[in-house]
Formats: sequence, structure tokens, C-alpha cells
Amino acid sequence: MPADFPLSLLLACAAVLLALGSAGSALGTGRVPGAKILMFLLLGGAGAAAVSAGLLALASPDAAVGELPLGLPWLPWRLRLDALAGFFLLVIGLVVMAVAVYGPGYVRDFEHGQDPLPVLGAFTGLFVVGMLLVVLADDAFLFMVAWELMSLSSYFLVAFQHEQAANRRAAFLYLLMAHVGALSILLGYGVLAAFGGGFAFDAMRAAQLSPLWGSVAFGLAFVGFGMKAGLVPMHAWLPEAHPAAPSHISALMSGVMLKVAVYGFIRFTFDLVGQLQWQWGVVVLVVGSLSALMGVLYALMQHDLKRLLAYHSVENIGIIFIGLGLGLVFLATGHPTAGVLGLIAALYHTLNHALFKSLLFLGAGAILHATHERDLERMGGLLRRMPWTGLFFLVGCISISALPPFNGFVSEWLTFQTALQSWLLEGGVLRSLIPIAAAVLALTGALAAACFVKVYGVAFLGRARSRRVRRARPVSRGMRLGQGFLATLCLLAGVFPTTLLQWLNAVPGQLLGRGLSEATAHGWLWLTPIAPQTASYSAPVVLLALALVWWLSATLLRRGRVRAVRRCDPWGCGFGSGLPGPRMQYTATAFAQPIRRVFGLLFHVDERVERDDAGLRHQLHVADRAWELFYAPVVRWVQAAARQVGRLQSGHIRVYLGWSLGTLLVLLWLIS
Amino acid sequence: MNASAWLLVLLQALLFLLGAPLLVAWVKRVKARLQNRRGPALSQPYRDLYKLFGKETLVAHTASGVFRAAPYIVFASTLLACTIVPLLAARLPAAAVADVIVLVGFLALGRFFLALAGMDVGTAFGGMGSSREMLVSALAEPAMLLAVFTLAMTAHSTNLASVVDHQLASGLILRPSYLFALMGLVLVAVAETGRIPVDNPATHLELTMIHEAMILEYSGRHLALMEWAAQLKLMLYGVLIVNVFLPWGIATRITPAALGLGLAAVAGKLLLLGVLLAVAETGLAKMRLFRAPQFLNFALLLALLGLLSHVILETGA
Amino acid sequence: MNLMQLTLLEQAVFVLAALVLFLSFAMLAQARLLAGIHVFAWQGAVLAAATGLVAAGGAPHLFISAALTLALKALLIPWMLHRLVRRLELERHVEPLQHPALVLMAGAGLVIFSYWVVVPIERLELVTTRNILSLSLAVVLIGLLIMVTRRQAVTQVIGFMSMENGLFLAAVAATHGMPLVVELGVAFDVLVAAVLFGVFFLHINESIESLDVDRLNRLSAREDDT
Repeated sequence: MPADFPLSLLLACAAVLLALGSAGSALGTGRVPGAKILMFLLLGGAGAAAVSAGLLALASPDAAVGELPLGLPWLPWRLRLDALAGFFLLVIGLVVMAVAVYGPGYVRDFEHGQDPLPVLGAFTGLFVVGMLLVVLADDAFLFMVAWELMSLSSYFLVAFQHEQAANRRAAFLYLLMAHVGALSILLGYGVLAAFGGGFAFDAMRAAQLSPLWGSVAFGLAFVGFGMKAGLVPMHAWLPEAHPAAPSHISALMSGVMLKVAVYGFIRFTFDLVGQLQWQWGVVVLVVGSLSALMGVLYALMQHDLKRLLAYHSVENIGIIFIGLGLGLVFLATGHPTAGVLGLIAALYHTLNHALFKSLLFLGAGAILHATHERDLERMGGLLRRMPWTGLFFLVGCISISALPPFNGFVSEWLTFQTALQSWLLEGGVLRSLIPIAAAVLALTGALAAACFVKVYGVAFLGRARSRRVRRARPVSRGMRLGQGFLATLCLLAGVFPTTLLQWLNAVPGQLLGRGLSEATAHGWLWLTPIAPQTASYSAPVVLLALALVWWLSATLLRRGRVRAVRRCDPWGCGFGSGLPGPRMQYTATAFAQPIRRVFGLLFHVDERVERDDAGLRHQLHVADRAWELFYAPVVRWVQAAARQVGRLQSGHIRVYLGWSLGTLLVLLWLIS
Repeated sequence: MNASAWLLVLLQALLFLLGAPLLVAWVKRVKARLQNRRGPALSQPYRDLYKLFGKETLVAHTASGVFRAAPYIVFASTLLACTIVPLLAARLPAAAVADVIVLVGFLALGRFFLALAGMDVGTAFGGMGSSREMLVSALAEPAMLLAVFTLAMTAHSTNLASVVDHQLASGLILRPSYLFALMGLVLVAVAETGRIPVDNPATHLELTMIHEAMILEYSGRHLALMEWAAQLKLMLYGVLIVNVFLPWGIATRITPAALGLGLAAVAGKLLLLGVLLAVAETGLAKMRLFRAPQFLNFALLLALLGLLSHVILETGA
Repeated sequence: MNLMQLTLLEQAVFVLAALVLFLSFAMLAQARLLAGIHVFAWQGAVLAAATGLVAAGGAPHLFISAALTLALKALLIPWMLHRLVRRLELERHVEPLQHPALVLMAGAGLVIFSYWVVVPIERLELVTTRNILSLSLAVVLIGLLIMVTRRQAVTQVIGFMSMENGLFLAAVAATHGMPLVVELGVAFDVLVAAVLFGVFFLHINESIESLDVDRLNRLSAREDDT
């Protein structure tokens, strides 16, 4: 490695090498004692190196550039670590660290099972290498190679438990969609490269595109990255693939890999394309709002915990894209402050989603580890069996439901503030559309809260609905530590938004030439995105006041002699003396029933009550409308096309040779 | 931001704490009169609270720590939401700590824990109440935020003190958008505070309850806190409606005379609002649960019309 | 444009115009036939009040229009419809919408659309006018939407009449009313239309024993047999 690399880039390269080393040492697990620990140690080291590289990059005023002695002769692989890449390195690193702490306890299940641990570890390492390299790439070639590395290694991770047919199907669907998306991204880069005269990002930045070609490039990139990020209606692979992987991998996929797609979109749109157009912003805004709403509504209908969380990723990616869309609209119409605010809100939510979604997936993994149960309908009362996991999961639930004073609220608040700047805009239609998008965001937030009341109430509160859950044991210390790390970060990111924003400011500062100077101008206590008189929020004071009122009401408002609470039976409506059984509790499906009914139009609900000898049987099947509206026609079209092509298949070998001859002749004629 | 302003914030919080039971008692009393009953005395809610704080607190065997923490969180978040709203004076520093979106967030935080507490004991009623509450709130929250956005876009600020200031500074202007936002907010308030026709605060039938079903298992000081928080919420919405849309009389300077006038003005407006609420509750019947979405849909439509008429009629292009 | 620059009277006209739009939405969402007629009557009354305010603002000839509107659209036509409904024994008729939320959001979409359509008319001198013009266009479009979404013939007539209300609002706001002769003619037309509709209803009701317009889809008696 060349010695003239700046420190931040050296650290980033060290992260890549450590992750590679982790993949290598994974091959020894099961044979060499201690290889498992080494594998996770190296992975954690990679995470720590990525975090420190990211922090250095955010702190330094300009980008670090380096060239690797690899790649094509005329296009050596170039690395570039600017603030945007640094921020995403930070996000990847934090989650990888948590996963590395959590992993050893979780994979204990696989050590004696039939699924090979070396495969899991090796592909995990390669997966992390791929993600790190995507962020570091400074030319389209390395970007696409790293992108494919990321996609393929995660394909093997999704297919890891391949004995189940559903997992194989999910993995294939994932592979298919990933490659359609990659093709679209490649074409998008192709357009830029054609105008810029090279695949290096510097050349693309310098390119001058006509509005039409710019829009074509943008559209291709949006489809490609949107497919990877799981925007509606290209999300269908996501709720299939993410739950299929082992839980710590789900955390990486949902928490980080989707963010890499967001990175790609930001890099492409805000950095490479050049001249922005407000119509793009409207498209992104509409698709983002749709994803947010549909994601949360479908999540509400799920009772498989990991599937539910995967659908919530669709929702949160939607929220991120709402922020990006707002940023695009404002930047393209010449309102840089509001535009930067939109970008910052999106970045903030990116970090937040990485933290709390990984936390929730790790929590779901802990439940799976302790009870071998993913179905909410069989859980209940887990808080008393697994108090620490319960506490951390609660933090995750509050954060994702966007409640103060945790981190999800801050980013949604920033997004709302961006939307409220719509009075700046000229066009009345835009001005009325943007607040409607904000209303959709509000609806999404409220529905997410409903969904997580359901999840937490059914899984952790109440009483156990099955025997295995009743006998759940707390998970190992490492697994708790991994969750606790993320939960603490969730709280910190919620309580000290201004400090975090100071770091984040470097990203638009380098990308667009300006940050939000006003936002952090009033001290760490005050978050004032536009101006103090427009809006301000002081999370530390809010937290302090909450704690103070709690303490006061707990100490002052007691009267009388009886201080301790007395335990008793719950109200059984006067029936019998004993407790009403656990089956009397509201189930996850029952909880969501009113919402299913109100938004029934958006689902494909198949509900039947059948009467047979054993009594009544109630069947409910809720399906994703995207399948019938979007995928079924595509499948039909592809099949029809395949039938047309199939006519070529006559079965006679000489006919095939004839086709080859014809093709050869045409090609020769073309190049002559 | 001087000390006297912060003292005034504390005073406002205290006034909220003391005034909220009175408002509920007033509504009950007027309603009883309208129905040719005598009704409870105005001091009844205070006596209830006092008694509950002295009672032994029972907790079900099956309940976890969330159940015991929830009353404090619900109470604290509701009280904090109250301190943001300008009650007596317009320019108070608490509004800078948390703007109107945070206010909605506080209410959502309280509701989140209220619903969790409902599910904690593991009976059917609690889950039922939580499920319904989350449905109602999920539909009410966007309507509320849209109504609030109309105000915020007019004043170019989400700081409630600035909104009120802007209202006072621009004098009497008939804004169609405010009319719609006001109507939308009133409907949201009715739904969120569990009044007729969405929920019935006086019901004793578990199957029809929403709010009451969630707090069915509470007793003693926990119940007192929950009840008090619900009363605070009613007053919060009342003050939000009267002081943000019709802020006249509110103190702009911190002098005893101005504050006295502010207190008299807000008390008068709230009493009037209470009468209106009682009249409406007497005239209306509780809706079926699945009519409630239509009700809230209408609230959303009103808020949306408010926003659109703001954009179309009031700003032009 | 700033609302503060307008006089209180003009602001009141704005509020009333917005109320007219709101009542259109109320008609769109209303499931009960009688309540729909009442909302229509209120729309007429609000329209009359708006006309009266414009008249008070310096166009006294509009007082006649206001009186005419009040008499015709707030009182006479609703009364006729009311009587008709009673005669056809439809008082308790309820026609719930299939997807009320969807229809209402479509209405809101129409408002934004009409604003978008009207914005380019920059040549109009007064911005005030244009803003109310977009509202009136929205009222017209929503009237049409009512006719599209409803199956009941009486509701369709209400939708039709509210379209006329939108046109009238546009006339009052944009040009301070049409010439009195035209206005009288239009008013008379509306009245005649209402009477004709009444007669038609009776006949439709007699021949198909319903006012459900979906049952009027057979083009000839011949198909009826098949």
C-alpha cells in the first residue's frame, strides 16, 4: 500500500483488510480452536477502523484520495474518502462493531448444526468488504465490482439456511432483483461516462449533460438504487430476503446495506449528475411517501417478527427518500438552506435507522435464539424472562416510532421542518403538495407507533402464549452488550442532536459548498435548523424535564401509609376466580384488525370463516398488492417473450449452427 | 430569557395542574344541567384525585415494570406538553425548548406508554383498548399536524409563541384557512381526548371503551395520575384552540395587570368552550368504532382544506 | 398577495367562498339524501351572502342577484327537491359511498388541479379574482364528481345544481356579476331545469320503480327481454 495515503484513508484500508482477514479466519472455524473468536475480533476491528476513518474524514476539510495498484491498466482503482463517504463509513462501522460483539453468542446455534459456520463467517467478511469498498470507490468500475461483491456475498448469506424452500426462493428473488438493479445502475453510469469521457468520478463530475440526458441518467440510477434500497414498488424482495438470513446478518442488511444504496443515490444525484431538476425531487418525494406509507401498513399486517421489521425498513427508506426529495426540490429551485436541511434530515435518519433497525433485528435474533420462535402470536411476557433484551428492544421501539427524546424523533422533526419551508417555493402546486407529503409522514409515524405497540405489547408484555416462550432464558452477555451499545447510541443521537449535526454539516459542506451554519450556532443545547424564531428544539432539556417531572410525581404525590403496591389478580369481568387464560389476550392479528379494515383497499385480504365438524375455522391471508399490480404483469410479459424466443428452439442441431453462422455474419458485417 | 419568565412557565404548569380538573368538572356540571340533573359539585374531581392518591395501589400479578412506569411517563409527557402552550403570556421561553411538533411528539409518547400499559396485564380488554386507541390516534395525528402546519406556514414558524405573536401582530384577519384548521383541530381534540362521539368518558361497558379499557387495571395513585393526565390533555387541547386561534387577551408583557387580564381571558374562553363541548356531547350519540375513521377522515379533510385555502387564497403566487 | 392588504369585507368574501367549497365537500361525503339537500340549501345561502357582500363592496346591482340566489337556490329549489323526495318516499334513503376517503381525497386532488389550471391566467389584473376563480372551478369539478360517484338521480341533480353554484361564484368574483338579463335568464333556466327534473323523476320512478341511474343502462326495450 502506498505510503502517501492520508491517515483516514489508511484506516479505511485497514478496515477493508481486517474484514478480509475476518473472512479468511472464518475458514478455520470448527477446525482451529479460537478461530471463531478471532473472526469476530477482526470484524470488530474492521468496524472500529471504519468508525475512526469516518470520523477523521468528517473532521477534515477536504477529501483524501489514493490509488490502489489494482484494477485495469488504463483505469487503476482509485479510492476517495470525503465527508459523505466518511459518514457512511461511520454508519457501517458502528453497526459492524455491534454485530461483532453480538455475533459469537448468536452463532453458537450453528456450531453443531448442519449449516457450516465457515461459510457464514467468510461471506459475512466479504459482505462487509464489499460495502466498505462501495463507499470508498472513486470510479464506476471499482464501484460496480464492490457492488457486485456486496450483492453476491449477501445472496449466499440469505441462502445460508437453504434447507427451507422459502429461503431458497427468497434468495433467488433477491439475486434477480439485485441484478436488474445493478444493470440499471451500470447504464446510469454509462450515460455519465459517455458525456464525461471516462469512468472515473472526477470525469463524470466535469461532464455537462443536457437536461434530457441528465434525467435519463437520474431515472436509471433512481430505479437501480431504489431497487436495492427497497422503494415501493421495487421492494418485494426485501421482506422475503432479510428475514431469511441469520439475525445478525439481517441487522447488517437492513441496517447497513440499504444505506449503501442510499449512499449510491446521494453520490450519483447530488455529486455526479450536476445540474439538478426539481421534477426529480417530486418523483423522489412521491415514491418516498408511497414507500413510507405502504411499508408501515404492510408491516402492521405481519406477525412474523423479522418480516415485520423488514417491512419497516421499506418505511424508513421511504422517510429517508422523503428527506432527499425535499432536498432536491429546494436545491433545484434555488433555496440552498432548505435543501441542505432536507439532505441533513435524510442523513440523520440514515444513521438513526441504521442504529435502531440493527438494534431491533439483534433483539429479534435474541428472541429467536432463546425461544426458536419468530411468530409474534406465540410470544408474550418476554420482558420478565429476558429483561435486558426487553429494555433494549423498548429503546428501539421508541426510537423507530419517532417519539421524543430518542433519535428517530429528531430526524423526523428535521424532515418536518424542511417540509414547512415550502412557503419559499414559487409554484403553488408544489407548495400544497409538500405539506401533504408531510401529512403522509405524520400518518406513517403514527402507524409505526401503533405497529410497535403491537410488537412490544404482544412479544414482551402480557403472558406467554407458548411453552417455549414461557421457558425462555436470557441470552449471553455478548449479545446483550451488542444490543446495549446500539441502544445507548440511539439515546445519545436523540439527546445531543446539535453535536451530531456539527459533524454532519461537513457532508453538505463538501458536497454542495455550504452547511447549516445557523443550526449549530446557538450552542449544544439548542437545535435551530433555520433560525431560532422559526423553530427550535432542545432535547437535553426535554429529557431532563421528563425525568424531573417523573421524579417529582413519584415522590411528592404519595399520600397515606401504604407505599408498596399489592399484587392481585387482573379483572376477569366477574367470570370465575382464576386468571383469564393467555389465549384471551389480544393477538397481533387482532390488534391490527381495525387498521386492516380501515385501509382494506390497499391490501389483498383473503379472510374466510369455515364451518366444519371441529367447529369454526378462521383463515386470514394478507398479501402485498405490489405482486399483482407490478410483478405479475412483468412475469407474464417475460413469459410471453420467452415463448416467442422459445420458437427458436427447434431441437435440431444444424438449425442452431445455422443461427450461429448468421449471427457471425451479421457481427462481421457490423464491425467491417 | 430571564428568571421571571421561567417562573411564569412554572406558574403556568401549576395553573394547568389545578385548572384541568376544574374544566372537566365544569363540562360535567353543564352537561348534567342540560340533561335536567344536578350533577356533581365543581370540587368533585379534586376530591377524587385526593382520595385516589391515598388509596392502596394494586398491580396485577402478570404486570411488568412497564405497567408501573407508564403512569409517570404519561403524566410527565402530558404535563410537559402543557408547559409549551401559552396559557397566560405569549412570549415564554418554554416554547423555544420544544415547538409544536414536539408537542405532538409528547402526546404520542404518552399514548405509546398508555397503550403498552393496556397490553401489559394480559387481559382482553386492555389489548382491545390499546388497539382502538392506536387506530384513532393514527388517523388523528396527521389531521392535527396538517392543522398545525397551516398555522406554522402562516406564521413561518413552528414555535407556538411566535405563532401567537404573529396572530396578535396582524390583528383581526378573516382567514378561511384558520377557520378550517380550527374546525379540524376541534374534531381531532374530540377524538384525542376521548369525548363523545368517538369515545365515552362515562361508559361502564368494557366492550365500548377505548381510553377506559386501557386503564381498567389501574388503581390508587397510578389511576390518579392517569386520570389527571387525561384531564390535563383536555385542557391542553382547549387552551391550544382558544389561545392559538383567538389569542386576544393574552399577556404580551409580564406585569401583574396583564397577567391577570390574561388569566381572566383564558378562563372565560375555556368556560365558554366547556359549555359548547357539553352541548355537543348532549346532542350527539357515541359512534360505532368503525364510524370513527370517517369522523377523523373528515377532520383530515378540513385540515387539508385549511392548508389548500392557505396556499390558494392567502398567499397566491 | 397578502391577505392583510384586503379590506375586512373582501376577507369575508374569501371566507364565504372557502365555505362554498367546503359545502361542496360536505355534499360529496353526505350519504343521506335529505341531509344532502340541506347542505345544498346552505351552499345557496352562503353563495347569496357572498354575493351580498360583493354587492356591499361597491356593486349594488348584485343585491338583486343575491336576493334571487337566496330565494331560488337556498329556498325554492331545495323545497321542491324536498317535496319530491317526500312524494317518492325517499326520506330515509341512504346511499353510502364505496370508498369515502378515496372520493374525498379525489376531491382534494381536484382542488389542487384547478389551482394548477388557473395559475397561468396571469393576465387577470387582480390576484384576488384568480384565487377565487380556482375555488369556483373546483366547485364545478366537484359537482361533476358528485354526479360521477352517485347512483341516485336526486343526488345527481344536486351535483348538477352545485356545478351551477360554482359558475355563479366565478361570475360574481371575476366580473362582479354578469349582466342582470343574463343572470335572470340563468336563474330561470335553473328553475325550469329543476321542475323538469322533478317531472322526469316521477316518470323514471314509474317506469323502473327506482331512481338508481345504474339501472338506466339498457338502451332499448328489446335488450330488456334478453
